[in-house]
Amino acid sequence: MKNTLTISGSPHVHGSWTIEKAMYGVVLAMVPAMLVSFYMFGLGAVRVMLMSIVACMVFEYVIQRYIIKGPVTIMDGSALVTGILLAFNLPTSIPSWMIITGALVAIGMGKMSFGGLGKNPFNPALVGRVFMLISFPAAMTTWPKPIVSRPFFSFQGLDEKVLDSITGPTPLGMLTDGADGTMPEYVNMLMGSMAGSLGEISALALIIGGVYMLARKIITWHIPVAYLLSSFVFAGILWAVDPTQYADPMFHMITGGLILGVFFMATDYVTSPMSAKGQIIFGVGAGVLTILIRVFTPYPEGVSFAILLMNAFTPLINSATKPKRFGEKQPA
Amino acid sequence: MSAGEPIVSFPLPKQGVIPVTQHLGAPAKVLVKRGDTVKTGQLIAQTAGFISANVHSPFTGKVKKVDQTTDASGYKRQAVIIDVDPQEQWEEGIDTSHDLLREITADAKEIVEKIKANGVVGLGGATFPSHVKLMVPEGKDIRYLIINGVECEPYLTNDHRLMLEKADEMMVGIQVLMKGLHVKKAIIGVEANKMDAIKHLKDKASHYEGITVEPLKVKYPQGGEKQLIKALINREVPSGKLPLDVGCVVNNVATAFAVYEAVQKNKPLIDRVLTVTGKKLLKTANLKVRIGTPVSQLLDHVGGLPEDTGKIVSGGPMTGKALTTTEVPVVKGTAGILVMDREEAWKATPRPCIRCAKCTQVCPQGLEPYLLHQYGEMKRTEEAEYDGIMDCIECGSCNYTCPSARPLLEYIRYGKAETGQMIRNRKSN
Amino acid sequence: MDQVILSAVVSLGAIGGTAAIILYFVARQFKVIEDPRIDLVDDKLPAANCGGCGYAGCRAFAEALVKTGDLDNLYCPVGGNDLVAEIAPILGVEASEKAPQVAVLRCNGTREHAVPKVNYDGPRSCAWAHSLFAGEAGCPNGCLGLNDCVRSCDFHAMYTDKDTGLPVVVEENCVACGACVDACPRSIIEIRPQGKKSRRIYVTCVNTEKGAPAKKSCQVACIGCGKCVKECPFEAITLQNNLAYIDPHKCKLCRKCAPVCPTGCILELNFPPRKVKPKTGKTPDQKVGKERNTTEDDSKAAESQSAKSQSQNSDNSPKPDDKPGKRASDSDSAPENTEK
Repeated sequence: MKNTLTISGSPHVHGSWTIEKAMYGVVLAMVPAMLVSFYMFGLGAVRVMLMSIVACMVFEYVIQRYIIKGPVTIMDGSALVTGILLAFNLPTSIPSWMIITGALVAIGMGKMSFGGLGKNPFNPALVGRVFMLISFPAAMTTWPKPIVSRPFFSFQGLDEKVLDSITGPTPLGMLTDGADGTMPEYVNMLMGSMAGSLGEISALALIIGGVYMLARKIITWHIPVAYLLSSFVFAGILWAVDPTQYADPMFHMITGGLILGVFFMATDYVTSPMSAKGQIIFGVGAGVLTILIRVFTPYPEGVSFAILLMNAFTPLINSATKPKRFGEKQPA
Repeated sequence: MSAGEPIVSFPLPKQGVIPVTQHLGAPAKVLVKRGDTVKTGQLIAQTAGFISANVHSPFTGKVKKVDQTTDASGYKRQAVIIDVDPQEQWEEGIDTSHDLLREITADAKEIVEKIKANGVVGLGGATFPSHVKLMVPEGKDIRYLIINGVECEPYLTNDHRLMLEKADEMMVGIQVLMKGLHVKKAIIGVEANKMDAIKHLKDKASHYEGITVEPLKVKYPQGGEKQLIKALINREVPSGKLPLDVGCVVNNVATAFAVYEAVQKNKPLIDRVLTVTGKKLLKTANLKVRIGTPVSQLLDHVGGLPEDTGKIVSGGPMTGKALTTTEVPVVKGTAGILVMDREEAWKATPRPCIRCAKCTQVCPQGLEPYLLHQYGEMKRTEEAEYDGIMDCIECGSCNYTCPSARPLLEYIRYGKAETGQMIRNRKSN
Repeated sequence: MDQVILSAVVSLGAIGGTAAIILYFVARQFKVIEDPRIDLVDDKLPAANCGGCGYAGCRAFAEALVKTGDLDNLYCPVGGNDLVAEIAPILGVEASEKAPQVAVLRCNGTREHAVPKVNYDGPRSCAWAHSLFAGEAGCPNGCLGLNDCVRSCDFHAMYTDKDTGLPVVVEENCVACGACVDACPRSIIEIRPQGKKSRRIYVTCVNTEKGAPAKKSCQVACIGCGKCVKECPFEAITLQNNLAYIDPHKCKLCRKCAPVCPTGCILELNFPPRKVKPKTGKTPDQKVGKERNTTEDDSKAAESQSAKSQSQNSDNSPKPDDKPGKRASDSDSAPENTEK
């Protein structure tokens, strides 16, 4: 080999940061919440999780290999993240065919139709979830109570009769529908002992994951803090106006998918704004919208819709907010 | 790696190639022709234009030819090729002794004249002619002289060694520059990971008036001119403006040393200190090398190229230039030679941008590299100009951090050239 | 209920009617009077919007055509002469035939001829690579092989040969729009007349270095020796910056230049295979032989002495050129006869 020298433009060194590291970092951060869901819902949760992950990765492979006919990049971890996030947004009682449909929509419609990783305007997992919520409202809003063992694999979903006896409304559902049920204690909600989707039940586990991602600088503080603060403040204002009609802000914080959305879905690289200013606007918008939807619409949960709506605003936010340029303003 | 290696004087080569464009600006005009004998330190090419610099012969010997030679990138540049006579004869008037001359006899005007005559250029890497920096336009109030002791790039240690070994000379050089600029205050910025240099310089600075040493946070690109000013006097140089506009002039420590030699010793800039380093090299070295020495000889000195050499970079890893051949000469701007193995040399295959915003977070100029990259690729020069492509200092931080290994800086640099062309066209119309 | 429907129909109908009346008057008031021929011409144009004509798209070209009414200086490279023939009656002018043109790549630096000496690792863009370094083989003017031209082509007229690493022009598809010429940062591609039976002779090199360094980076580089200049009976070849250029309008395709080129950088395209000895007789052959000797001497001098000797070369050149000039008539008619 004569030509050993390589010519390229500077810089000649590259940092160790890669897509894989970011994606598997997110996966690692989701492990605590995943374990809580397995503990609370048993094998049913494992079934949903596996179905969702496998379906997402298979669809990504098939689409990249046979439809786009481009390079196959299923090992970069992005499909894995989508799979886990989708599973996190589903109740354990959901029939398997619905999971597969949801995964197809998430990967096929939410991601690949726009050109794959980095090109999708909306968070794929949320596209899948909202599609399922609108298409299968009953199955998507039937939450089993935690710590009830159930058959590991059931393609048809659960028998109607069995369902009644073991499902319960989520705390948010009780609030919107005025459904019967005893409100769990805040401590239980924090730990995950309540009815709900796979990943949203334990606020504590999600926060651990979020802090891990912040520490590893996978995400920055802007979106989570802006999202949490704005929803807290907005819910607090409503509560202050009429405590009997509106729930207290703490309740909004730890119920439903808020924490999940704040740390894992709003912070999605591809669909959130680039600049710090933009990320704060994004977070505030999502926070306000979440509470608006929760309080004033028939839907008990507003996180998915709020984030999807703000995703649509992302390009606009990007062009409106520029980072502060060096030398733009003289410090006094 | 090579910080512990003392500076060693490198022996004279058999043949030297001295390009006439070793600085930013117009090429110098060649004064010698084939067959001429030259002495060490003799002027062989003269400034042509306002921003240009003299070139002196670093060797005694015979001019073999004045011809086009390959430069680092493979393009042809004019150069003077000299067959070196090992018996050195110095041009008259040059003080070759090692005595320290503290007393500054020259006045401000003479200082600028001498710096110009002796072809001193900025040795940090940009090779901007130093005398131009000292000619402050009317109406500008210069308050600080800032001396860049931050090693511009990782791996390079030549400035670090120079600060340790030639601190006294450097201090006198700084005093000369202060006199030339009529400023009372000079600040030397040194990164905090070079505690030995900071301590040594602080010791020395206490004997000189108006010089202070400031430790700085270790981060890249701390050695960038604008970033250094911000760190030391907390003022930001506005877009498209010069350090002059915020009342300071920045010079590198090696330039300060060259100024000392030029003004106090009347010695032209014919040698420089550089670092030869690389993970797989048998040894690393800080060498004092005559301009015109072939790079291949420096590599022989450190034990030859390793088997699996993949890339040879002139300068540092972040902004250096990859060499097409080792048969290129050391020039005034060569701060180091970095040898990388094959594994290091190849860049990862670029993947799609995942819009993670890491590049915007690290950009020291507050730009949006991902956007400028697109503009560069699509040749959308007007949008690029609006989004500040001309403010890019080409530090390479965005490329370094990109998880998708996208060639951000490559396209930004290209876009910058295109945009610059557009701006020039607009001005001329 | 009926009343509701009725009122809706009436009110909506009234709104629609008023709007129609307003629109009618507005349209009349603000009507842009346009030459109807523009539309007619535009319909005929290929609508490729390639810009090959020098205008911003086909519509702009149609406007220019109608405005000037001149077909001599305006030419659509895509439509070619057929298009001119179609448009001419619309404009009421006579159609003039223009020689068809084609893009040619003036570089033969294949991986064999110009052996890569370093590896390039960076964006697949000629423009960027050009700003970075001279090229893998070291030729500062040669093709970088990163396909900017291929990407710029809208007509599938270019592709990259995987073996040579060079782009190839597909003559049948090429419309000579010049997009590749603009895309190439090194101006390697040139638009030349297609030539009768697609026969073309051109120098496949744009290297402006002196002989030795040019040869070092590429075996088939033009070394600027000037032999072809002396050989050419029609003064069609000029030597500038150590590079020969064949003027396609002066060249009569006599094929005398190609054999004398020491590096073989003059390319003859689509000619029948060369016969070993020309029939014309011995005398011209001897002359050629003599000339060869002198030119070789000259070229050696040129290489060693540089610029000054080159000007001498050009001073000397008329003398040997005179003689071949007389032969020109014979050799000129010869290839034409064979064609007929």
